[in-house]
Amino acid sequence: MNNLEQLIAQATADFTAATGIARLEEVKAAYLGKEGSLTALLKSLGKLPPDERKTAGAAINIAKAQVESALALRREALKNAQLEAQLAAEALDVTLPGRGPIRGSIHPVMRTLDRIEQLFRSIGFEVADGPEIETDWHNFTALNTPENHPARSMHDTFYLLDAAGKVREDVLLRTHTSPVQIRTMLAHAEKYRHLDSMPEIRVICPGRVYRVDSDATHSPMFHQVEGLWVSENVSFADLKGVVADFLRRFFESDDLKVRFRPSFFPFTEPSAEIDVAFMHGPMEGRWLEIAGCGMVHPNVLRCGGIDPEKYTGFAFGMGPDRLTMLRYGINDLRLFFDGDLRFLSQFQ
Amino acid sequence: MQFPESWLRALVNPPLSTEELCHLLTMAGLEVEECRPAGADFSNVVVARVLSAEKHPDADKLKLCSVQVGEMSGAHGVLQIVCGAPNVAAGMLVPCALVGAKLPGIEIKKAQVRGVESCGMLCSARELGLSEDHGGLLSLPADAPLGQDIRSYLKLDDNLITLKLTPNRADCLSLSGIAREVAALTGAPLQLPTVAPVAPVLEDTRGIILDAPAACPRYCGRIVRGVNARAATPDWIKQRIERCGVRAISALVDVTNYVMLELGQPLHAFDDAQLQGSIHVRYPAAGEQMLLLNEQTVTPTADTALIADDAKSLALAGIMGGEHSGISDATTDLFLESAFFNTAAIAGKARALGFSSDASYRYERGVDFELQRSAIERATQLIIDICGGQPGPVVEALAADHLPTRPPVRLRLARAAKVLGIDLGFDQTEKLIAGLGFAYTRTADELVVTPPAYRFDITIEEDLIEEIARLHGYDNIPAPAPTARLEMLPLPEARRGAMQVRRLLAERGYHEVVNYSFVDADWEADFAGAEPAQLVRLANPIASQMGVMRSTLIGGLVGALASNLKRQADRVRLFEVGRCFLPDLTPAGGGQNGTGYHQPLRLAALAAGSAWPEQWGSPARPADFFDVKGELEAILAPRRLRFEPTSHPALHPGRAARVLLDDQPIGVIGEIHPRWHQKYELAASAVVFEIELAPLLAAPFPVFREPSRFPAVVRDIALIVPQHCAVQALQDALQAAAPAHVREIRLFDVYQGKGIEPESKSLAFRVTMQDTQKTLADNDADAAVAQLVNTATERFGAVLRR
Repeated sequence: MNNLEQLIAQATADFTAATGIARLEEVKAAYLGKEGSLTALLKSLGKLPPDERKTAGAAINIAKAQVESALALRREALKNAQLEAQLAAEALDVTLPGRGPIRGSIHPVMRTLDRIEQLFRSIGFEVADGPEIETDWHNFTALNTPENHPARSMHDTFYLLDAAGKVREDVLLRTHTSPVQIRTMLAHAEKYRHLDSMPEIRVICPGRVYRVDSDATHSPMFHQVEGLWVSENVSFADLKGVVADFLRRFFESDDLKVRFRPSFFPFTEPSAEIDVAFMHGPMEGRWLEIAGCGMVHPNVLRCGGIDPEKYTGFAFGMGPDRLTMLRYGINDLRLFFDGDLRFLSQFQ
Repeated sequence: MQFPESWLRALVNPPLSTEELCHLLTMAGLEVEECRPAGADFSNVVVARVLSAEKHPDADKLKLCSVQVGEMSGAHGVLQIVCGAPNVAAGMLVPCALVGAKLPGIEIKKAQVRGVESCGMLCSARELGLSEDHGGLLSLPADAPLGQDIRSYLKLDDNLITLKLTPNRADCLSLSGIAREVAALTGAPLQLPTVAPVAPVLEDTRGIILDAPAACPRYCGRIVRGVNARAATPDWIKQRIERCGVRAISALVDVTNYVMLELGQPLHAFDDAQLQGSIHVRYPAAGEQMLLLNEQTVTPTADTALIADDAKSLALAGIMGGEHSGISDATTDLFLESAFFNTAAIAGKARALGFSSDASYRYERGVDFELQRSAIERATQLIIDICGGQPGPVVEALAADHLPTRPPVRLRLARAAKVLGIDLGFDQTEKLIAGLGFAYTRTADELVVTPPAYRFDITIEEDLIEEIARLHGYDNIPAPAPTARLEMLPLPEARRGAMQVRRLLAERGYHEVVNYSFVDADWEADFAGAEPAQLVRLANPIASQMGVMRSTLIGGLVGALASNLKRQADRVRLFEVGRCFLPDLTPAGGGQNGTGYHQPLRLAALAAGSAWPEQWGSPARPADFFDVKGELEAILAPRRLRFEPTSHPALHPGRAARVLLDDQPIGVIGEIHPRWHQKYELAASAVVFEIELAPLLAAPFPVFREPSRFPAVVRDIALIVPQHCAVQALQDALQAAAPAHVREIRLFDVYQGKGIEPESKSLAFRVTMQDTQKTLADNDADAAVAQLVNTATERFGAVLRR
């Protein structure tokens, strides 16, 4: 029996000494192979007397199981070591930068317009659109602008030349998004002409507008958003509620101060300028003019095909460029139209 | 409109601080643009007399003055002061800052100036914050009381308030008008100057003939003889008009300006000696010219009314006087004009001539048409008080039919409540209207209001609603969240917004720009090939390189690329969503929306520089046509685009394609033509596309097809075709020839080079086949491949590459 214990100890030692799978298989052959010492012992059983054969056989089989178990352990250990070595070799510098494209950006004013659109959509406003070369009628006349109003002059408004090089007086670059009000009302009134009572109009009209003006705070092209709500019972109080709510949501500032100040526009009556004052930040405490608004003038409703006795409406117009500047602290309007990647890429 | 607070308070004096008064005005719609002190913040400056001014013993430019600062005689009231002002002279009265005085930036102490003691400082107007004049000492009138504090002598504890008036509030272009408004807002009593008729002393008159009654329905004139045009304007008048920003000129001019500022009525004084016969208000003869006071010679348009006498034109009515009929220091006899000109007759006239005047500014917004007589009486009285003289009677010519009318306006209480969203109540509403001084009658449910002559902005019910809202205070109207029917907005799934398209491009590394819609005509020629007749030209561009409306977005992107390259950017990816403008040249010619122009919204993008941002582990290569094409395809996916070669002025002739969607052309893509590289300072090529936005916004609604349960068979075939063979044509033919179970034929390799004839190329396609009913057998797949190869061979001379 001593022999067997020695053999197990030797085999275990030999297995441990084997440093690779191939060597282990060679060592295994020396014990468990056809010519292996354990195989030889088993073969030699036949030579023993039958009464000894049973106990000796059991002892050898136990020894064989122990050797096989030692072999399996060693095999497992070697496999693990090999995998670990492989994994170690595959290790990366995980701090190297990732590869791929870099994101571009959406123009900051478009971000603002998108926010405006989403906020107003959340209370049921749709988005309406209109041409930028607009008729004089839609841009001025239908908006109750007197024939000799200064805004109509070539000093303030861009006009076009016809093919013969003469100034066209019937069309112009729109000076505000308000003409979209007229187009919206006309289309709405036409669509629901057959009804006694037409559904409400709730739209905002974002877009580019043009005025003959160019300096540090004025661009000859800029953006505007018009809002219009026409219904049988919408009021100036509603206008205040909607616009104040919008401004607080837009600036994400519940303590934003909003005030409505009497003013004058040909296309609204009563009219108001809207000022805001921030309670924090660099503009803290200063009243900033941010939008104009009012109840749609009865003449304008009539031009839109709507009976001003039955329906009332409010409208507002604000400058998303200015809203954008205030929101992000941008100090120069011209940056919006300059296409400078160093500026644009800040709005990923 | 600028005015001193003290003048307003002389007419109405509510118990409000300056700040409260300004807030009141602003919140009533008379926006206070600025409110600043009349003088700087200083103390201890008094009226002093320079007794003597001797040369400083040790300095050429300094004078040694003895200055009397009080009435008392003797050494007590006399100071020694060193002064450097060039105009200092014995006898003059000047402001003197005493020792201990604080002026902006300086505190006055006893000092040694070049070895001589100086006990104070004599001041210029600038040092006291009165004006920018620093040319010398402020010389005070001879009757200034010695020793009086300058602040009280010059009434410097006053503020200059500037209103930014809206064009409807011409009634507030005078102190009386503003005072009337403040009285209505606060209930404080109004103390307007009393104007009594000045009895005529002479019988002299001039006839007045209204030949342009629509322009001038009322004209009051009066002769005043024997005036002293050189009389000094009293300080109180001078100070008030100067604090309104009107320069004091001479007593006669100052009085007319004073009355205009006080009452709102522009006045004009003619030198009566220059007049012949009657006064005519008439339109000009053809080609009639006149020389104005501002030395401008004008040829008034046929609808511009003139003031003339029997022989000549004297003034542009309501706009500006003529050079030869105005008053001067030599004038002894005056003809005073106080007229009403209709807004429509004056509006825009001065602007068309390139100037503005206080008179035209007021007339074009609306002057009280009942004010002319009292204004001429007020002016007469002041002139006689200051300059002496004997007045004739006031002659008034009236064309009553042409005066503005003030039809009554109804104010229904229910309507006001509906428009404002707040019911002010009948009594409160009545109180507000009464407070404005408007005449009205009250019925069961409405007020019928007759607006006063000075208000040109009350013609409809809404105007009155605004008045009561304004007086009640916009701030006092609640701002509730509105109530409305809750109805969901439509959300069409087969549409997407422009914002989604923007996001797709931004995800792909493009930066959005907003370029001007007006561009250089060169851009239109170079990038759109526009003929001069097709250009949409501006009549009044802000600059010549912004003279035409763009018909393509490409020019703007190339311009932005060039400016970014100048700023050292090497990889530039830009896009823009915006309108283009094209004349509608069809016979109807209405264009979009009746403007005569098509104004499609388009999307354009441009890529220049490396395909990928510079990074480790991937070789750098410039972005090419196919990179950008892939991006265009990606933003339109899953819709399939087709491309066909095209020529385009902006693009490389061999690298330009028309983009088609459902067989409709929707835009172009290509490399910028190399001929533009130098002109536009582009370092290397750039790839650009421009497509219509509308088709981009349709996003197909997904159509479900059950996935096949049977395995797919994949076969690759490589076809050698002539170099010029377009892949699209071959692929179309293969697609058409493929049996139903061919699910996809995809090009996965293009090879030229070793093993392939020159002038040929090898195109490798992966053919994926799958049947929905059965597992495909090898011979099904073989047959399909053979069919495809045959088609390619027959149609394109393709050879199967082994």
